[in-house]
Amino acid sequence: MEKKQISFNKFYKFFNILSISLIIISVFLLLFKGLNYGVDFKGGTLIELRANDTQITISKLRQSLMNINLGDVSVKQFGNKNDYLIQFEKKDKDNPNLINDIKENLTKSLPSSFDFRRVENVGPKVSAELLKSGILAIGLSLAAMLLYIWIRFEWQFSLGAILALFHDVIITLGVFSLFNLEINLSIVAAVLTIVGYSMNDTVVIFDRVRENLRKFSDIKIFELTNISINETLSRTIITSVTTLLALLSIYFFGGEILKGFSLAMILGVIFGTYSSIFIANPVLVFLRISQKTILKEDKN
Amino acid sequence: MLYFSKFRIILISLFTLIFVYLTSSNFIKFDDNWIDKKINLGLDLQGGSYLLLEIDNQPVIVQKLQNTVSILRKYFKDNNIFFKNLRIIDDESIVFEIENNQIEQIKSLLEDKNGNINPYYSQYKSYQFDLLISDNQFQLDFSKFGLIELKNLSLNQALEIVRRRIDEVGTNEPNIVKRGNDRILVELPGLDDPMRVKNLLGKTANLTFRFVTENSEETFGSEKLPFEDGSDEVIVSKRIVLSGDNLLDAKPKMDNQTNQTVVSFTLDRVGAKRFGKATTSGIGKRLAIVLDGKIISAPVIQDAIVGGSGIITGNFTFQSATDLALLLRSGALPAPLNIIEERTVGPGLGQDSINAGIFALIIGFVLVIIFMLLKYKIFGLIANITLILNLFILVGLLTLFEATLTLPGIAGIILTVGMAVDANVLIFERIKEESIGEKNQIIAFDNGYERSKTAIIDANITTLIAAIILFLMGSGPIKGFSVTLGVGIFTTLFSVYFIARLLTSIYVIKNKNKEKLI
Repeated sequence: MEKKQISFNKFYKFFNILSISLIIISVFLLLFKGLNYGVDFKGGTLIELRANDTQITISKLRQSLMNINLGDVSVKQFGNKNDYLIQFEKKDKDNPNLINDIKENLTKSLPSSFDFRRVENVGPKVSAELLKSGILAIGLSLAAMLLYIWIRFEWQFSLGAILALFHDVIITLGVFSLFNLEINLSIVAAVLTIVGYSMNDTVVIFDRVRENLRKFSDIKIFELTNISINETLSRTIITSVTTLLALLSIYFFGGEILKGFSLAMILGVIFGTYSSIFIANPVLVFLRISQKTILKEDKN
Repeated sequence: MLYFSKFRIILISLFTLIFVYLTSSNFIKFDDNWIDKKINLGLDLQGGSYLLLEIDNQPVIVQKLQNTVSILRKYFKDNNIFFKNLRIIDDESIVFEIENNQIEQIKSLLEDKNGNINPYYSQYKSYQFDLLISDNQFQLDFSKFGLIELKNLSLNQALEIVRRRIDEVGTNEPNIVKRGNDRILVELPGLDDPMRVKNLLGKTANLTFRFVTENSEETFGSEKLPFEDGSDEVIVSKRIVLSGDNLLDAKPKMDNQTNQTVVSFTLDRVGAKRFGKATTSGIGKRLAIVLDGKIISAPVIQDAIVGGSGIITGNFTFQSATDLALLLRSGALPAPLNIIEERTVGPGLGQDSINAGIFALIIGFVLVIIFMLLKYKIFGLIANITLILNLFILVGLLTLFEATLTLPGIAGIILTVGMAVDANVLIFERIKEESIGEKNQIIAFDNGYERSKTAIIDANITTLIAAIILFLMGSGPIKGFSVTLGVGIFTTLFSVYFIARLLTSIYVIKNKNKEKLI
């Protein structure tokens, strides 16, 4: 009994154009709108506080913070109704008591006591280093993947996989830029995990493509990729679903701190699954992989 | 692929049981204390402070240059060498000029491998200073290794002082380590207000006793210094009567006569002698007590102090006197420390994060389990049992290595739950394909396991590469994520290839005559 085949290959062109447009839009966003860096990468101070009085509002908090002259202060709600996140780029770096001054000032000017639940303070030197090592880590992981696939497969596969990875990383960052979502250290961790996951997905399909290339000499690569995608499709879907189930539960129940991380991962898993099918495989078609390519490898 | 010897079955069961025990020991208190290990909670989960300090080595460098200049000057004078323009330029290098006929002599002096003006480090094959000679002009610049050696020395000293100060504050299991050659990382679990520690670490604690001069203006040998409370400025001599190095002990004390808090100190023998001499000859003069360039107080000497102990008065509260005494006891830093990164999590948020993380883990786990049961029925059950044991082995391994669990680390475990079923799914799907047209179920299962192997290994290695890079590049909480993700890959492979395969083989061999098992 043959399973019904879905003709993914009929949509290669359409989705390739779509992906290229999305990448161009993302690059534009990254170049002209930029990313919203958090204190990890921009330097400055972050305070997560809990007000013990429910009458406190964002505008009251902002008003009160303006009086201390901290420069550009961002105040937003963070999870619970009474939890707030305050961020600013600190100017006078020689005041070690800054945090306590802020606490005193708030308690004095507002009718509530405040619990500072988290304080992060990153100097300009450290934030520049963190940004550099973040970019380096992502670059390094892409290079490592490229190399690994090259060793395990042929260079054509390696190129396809790496293009799919670039696609996932750039579009995920594009979404973060579009919605002004904050980029911090945990987003870098998420991007690296996306790289691993997307690769994982691509490799499973490629493995099947290679196997089928050995098996059938008379089927064109255009058709062959489609067969391979279909054969591995239920696995692709099941794994994506279970991974998404885990990630959604982190997103909804794992607390505010993990929200950005899990969101980036959710986007990455969706793009990663999509790109394994619609980016990585068309590249193989474009590069005209045939049984010969594989047999050459087997001889060596 | 489906055959297991009795010996292997016992081995796998034993191995799994050990990890179940290890994991449980985190939650249940066993009486036997067979293995006394626990997972450490990261600062983001148990609350605490993370401080990254950077030494400002410039003063140390300048000090070293000044010392070298004095040594050179003394040498030239003692040996009747005529020299000109001996000075430090740009706080970087020393230059001087000498007579032409003495160039060789000075050159060999500065290139003497056993000399102490320009020490030679045989392990680096380098001198402390690089020598630059043009005509009769000499220039000394720190060599690469000279600078490294100097920085290492000051870092080691600073590390020791930081350790002493933090020990004196008495926090729980602090972690104090070097980072690079000019940074110190301090982790203070359970400390939710690092104010006091920050203040203590921010002080160099350079204490000197110096006479107040009667002059009204600064001269070559004196300088104008402010009082700590900013109330006044006086001119004090640059000559140091006594420094903090001579202190043996310091304690906060109530002065019975004035009812004020003071800091009492005792001096070593050399210090006591010097202090006795200075106070004998200086009765009636004011003696300034200077800490990091600011005057704490400048009392008039009433009597000679010869017993080797005394008190420091000032506007102290009991807390500030305690802190000053602590700083004096632990000694001065070789150079100022700046806090360049600080992350503090309160205990409330830490507990909330644990609760949220565990709740998310349970929900994610239950969702995945239900999904697998619906999708694969009996094999879903096998995958689920494997998943549970996988989780036990993962947490057990983290316990065994006493790894640090962070909030992103918990996320890594949840993600492992989601991704761990992948290997089983790959195998099950492959078996489904293999059983098309294959009557013998055992062969179908065997082939399914064999033919899915390369995909599984490749897929897991790619994730492992990402985890390793994260581990190498990441810090703190992110490192915790990479650890759980990376270790999760190994436990997943183990549980899939040993536990799940064992369970599958038992089921398949029992039901080998049925058609289409999966």
